[in-house]
Amino acid sequence: MVVAETQVYMPQAPRTRQRLLEDERWLAFVLLVPTMVLLGMFIAYPFVRGILLSVTNSRVGVPGDFVGLANYYKIWNDGIFHTSVYNTFLYTGVTTVFKLALGLWLALLLNRNFRGKAFTRAFILLPFIIPTVLSTFAWKWMFDPTFSVLNWLFYHLNLISGRINWLGDPDLAMISIIVVNVWRGVPFFAISLLAGLQTISPELNEAAAIDGAKPRQRFWYITWPLLLPVTMVVVLFSIIQTFADFQIVYVMTGGGPANATHLFATYAYQIGVGTGLLSEGAAISLAMFPILFLVVIVQLLYIRRVEVR
Amino acid sequence: MIEGAIWRKWAFFYLPMALFLLFLLFPFYWMVITSVRPDGELYRPWNSVNYNPFWTWNPTWDHVRYLFEETLFAAWLWNTMFIALVSTAISLVCGVFAGYALSRLNFPFAGSLGTGIFITYLVPQTLLFIPLAEIIRNYRLGDTPWSLILTYPTFLIPFCTWLMMGYFKAVPKELEECARIDGASRWQAMLYIVIPVAIPGILSAGIFAFTLSWNEFIYALVFLSSPEQKTVPVGVTSELIRGDVFFWGPLMAGALLGSIPVAIAYSFFVEHYVAGLTGSVKG
Amino acid sequence: MGQVVLKGINKFYDSVHAVKDVNLQIRDKEFVVFVGPSGCGKTTTLRMIAGLEAISSGDISIDGSVVNGLAPMDRDIAMVFQNYALYPHMSVYDNMAFGLKMRKFTRPEIDRRVRDAADILGIGELLKRKPRQLSGGQRQRVALGRAIVRHPRVFLFDEPLSNLDAKLRVQMRVELKKLHLRLGTTAIYVTHDQVEAMTLGDRVVVMKDGVVQQVGEPLELYNRPANKFVAGFIGSPTMNFATVTVTEANGSLIAENAGLRIRLPDGTARRLRGHIGHKVTLGVRPEDLTVAGAADPDHPCFDAVIEVVEQLGSEILLDMKVGQDVMVASVEPTVRVNVRDKLRLAMRPSSLHVFDVKTEEAI
Repeated sequence: MVVAETQVYMPQAPRTRQRLLEDERWLAFVLLVPTMVLLGMFIAYPFVRGILLSVTNSRVGVPGDFVGLANYYKIWNDGIFHTSVYNTFLYTGVTTVFKLALGLWLALLLNRNFRGKAFTRAFILLPFIIPTVLSTFAWKWMFDPTFSVLNWLFYHLNLISGRINWLGDPDLAMISIIVVNVWRGVPFFAISLLAGLQTISPELNEAAAIDGAKPRQRFWYITWPLLLPVTMVVVLFSIIQTFADFQIVYVMTGGGPANATHLFATYAYQIGVGTGLLSEGAAISLAMFPILFLVVIVQLLYIRRVEVR
Repeated sequence: MIEGAIWRKWAFFYLPMALFLLFLLFPFYWMVITSVRPDGELYRPWNSVNYNPFWTWNPTWDHVRYLFEETLFAAWLWNTMFIALVSTAISLVCGVFAGYALSRLNFPFAGSLGTGIFITYLVPQTLLFIPLAEIIRNYRLGDTPWSLILTYPTFLIPFCTWLMMGYFKAVPKELEECARIDGASRWQAMLYIVIPVAIPGILSAGIFAFTLSWNEFIYALVFLSSPEQKTVPVGVTSELIRGDVFFWGPLMAGALLGSIPVAIAYSFFVEHYVAGLTGSVKG
Repeated sequence: MGQVVLKGINKFYDSVHAVKDVNLQIRDKEFVVFVGPSGCGKTTTLRMIAGLEAISSGDISIDGSVVNGLAPMDRDIAMVFQNYALYPHMSVYDNMAFGLKMRKFTRPEIDRRVRDAADILGIGELLKRKPRQLSGGQRQRVALGRAIVRHPRVFLFDEPLSNLDAKLRVQMRVELKKLHLRLGTTAIYVTHDQVEAMTLGDRVVVMKDGVVQQVGEPLELYNRPANKFVAGFIGSPTMNFATVTVTEANGSLIAENAGLRIRLPDGTARRLRGHIGHKVTLGVRPEDLTVAGAADPDHPCFDAVIEVVEQLGSEILLDMKVGQDVMVASVEPTVRVNVRDKLRLAMRPSSLHVFDVKTEEAI
């Protein structure tokens, strides 16, 4: 030995606690306990609790009795609930199509090289960052029946002659809500799809161009198929969020006019919290579950399939 | 890129880009201009003559002053900040630990636990808010910041876990093995080697979780009732509207000021935020 | 001290039997190299010694005490990984100090050891850098330094040179050898490169499909391979093989097939007495083939057709067709041959290897 040993390492007897954590299974258990406790207490337990609640007739402060499926039967025959279901599907479907189309377009624009690209990208995400409720108020103010800046604009562009009562008319209200949701969702789609686009090697497009493919063909035969996995995940993710949306409708119309723009969540809030019919509200929000479950299953299967490949 | 004539570039790039920017950013401009415009200018019908809604020559701080003097806005800001920071911290600790366990340790049911956490990641808050409100009441947490600090992690932890799993998987196994041979226990190897190497991931998860909890609305709306306990989104919604009357000036000022903390946090960590955002969907 | 004993080591991954009944005694200060193709179980064996993989059955002992249940941190060993595994967030100094800090050495002692190791490896001026600021060779040295500061009982090396370019690899190989001579710590080294194995090892363990094929000093493996696999694995270019039938004519043994008919030299013939009328595999190294001249009329000779001529400067490699078989010969650089030439070649009599056709064991 070149170096003289001045201090010799003596393996000390490992402490019991330490040795326990050397076992992967124990360590994993210890690391997962906090997560499991929190998720169990505030996801699994409320879920079970919600189901139990939905088969009673309890109200705020009144424990209530078992009533079987009476709440579900009641909402099954409830006209406003029917409207909410219709609205939710319409809202989810229409906004998803627009968000995907506009988001993809924006992503393709952002994928080019231009000055101020990083800056533009940062600013584009603002609608997604800013608290939805707060930005929705800006839209509500823009759609205000009397002081609408949009009416002012359209009037001065000679597109309209009288005022448009954006949030007072059921159809226009729905359109307004859809616009706000698209506005909020496009950045998310654009940035996620941009990330997907950036993983596609430019050499593929160059090779296709040399092979004689025109820009449109290059998009359809190269870019789009390679982008599809990311697109699928983003779309499924967005569908879940949109389907269970609450904030935009709550702020813009509160479900009005005349309960015409309710979604599952806003109607559940109105019944469960507004009127205090806890069990019926729980039943309404749980009615979302089968559809959400279906989307989650599709997503899980899709992710698994992508992973296998 | 293969470029065509100049006009094509204008038609297919600059023009659409400008329209997108206008669409996405105009509401913020509108927020700013409204919050400094005197009431007299605000409430003019859209068809009144000689009215230019996009600019004001008489900017005023009245709305901001009203916000801080007549409402509890400062308290709401503080509440939101406190709740967002604490719940983010809790979620990061839990998410980093769980992500580490799920991505780097072999143990029974690892796969199904991972799937389970992924599913809770997709559970929207609106599905459970009614039974949760009951539970919060039973635990006597109602109308306290703790009702949110304990419930926000339910949607933050799954996200943090999911994101951290991706980052941890990218850390070479040998680093940890080497540390363990060097004399570190599994716990020490995680603490001194793997976690420090995954700091960018933790930053991404943290900034994303912070914005998510700052933005959360329905739990805050349902669990908090007294004005001094509220968060910014709920306070602005419930305290600046009296019946049908909207105080648009203070409302927009509140929306603006309530957005600034997240915007600042975001501007410092744009790259991390984007990494978190794209990581959250890619997994 | 650093004596490692493997007794009946087995490793199962689910139903895959990755390591089969490995028995080995490694002496103190010895440099033992595990070599074999990828998936042969050599790395798994090393990782079991390190404590990174659980042992399915058998005992591993270091200095006489069984370490089966001991965590890696308690085994007092050091390991150098293929990708160096330098901690990217720590400076070179901290990388080297980490193991000592974990073992609660005093600061001056840590400092002294790190600087000593850095001097030995010539990386004294790199101590403040981060790993990403280092070249491949420098990283390799830091990884070595991190192992030697600890003065462990055993060094484990997992293909430490395979990420370096060819030139650097040769250089580091020499330095490793020097380092071992200087420190004298027991070393267990895993590689798939037989040249590394031959040059570094005091003893070499050849593995295939989880089974130890042969353990021996480098020349022993080269001169007396235990079976066809070892014969083919050790040496470059690889040994030529031809399946031949053994017959007897005029009292001497003849080995022949479609394109080959040679009289077996006495030593080989003696071993093949029992195989008359049967097939055996004949093996001869390219460097044991020469262009036949008048000098050695008693050497076994055969005819070949040249297919490719590879001029290496120090030697010429001839790819030839011998009947149905393809053979390679390494001949003097002065030999002048062209493609499609016919050439008569002689083999050195003592260098002939014979293997059983079925078991592939040496006869």
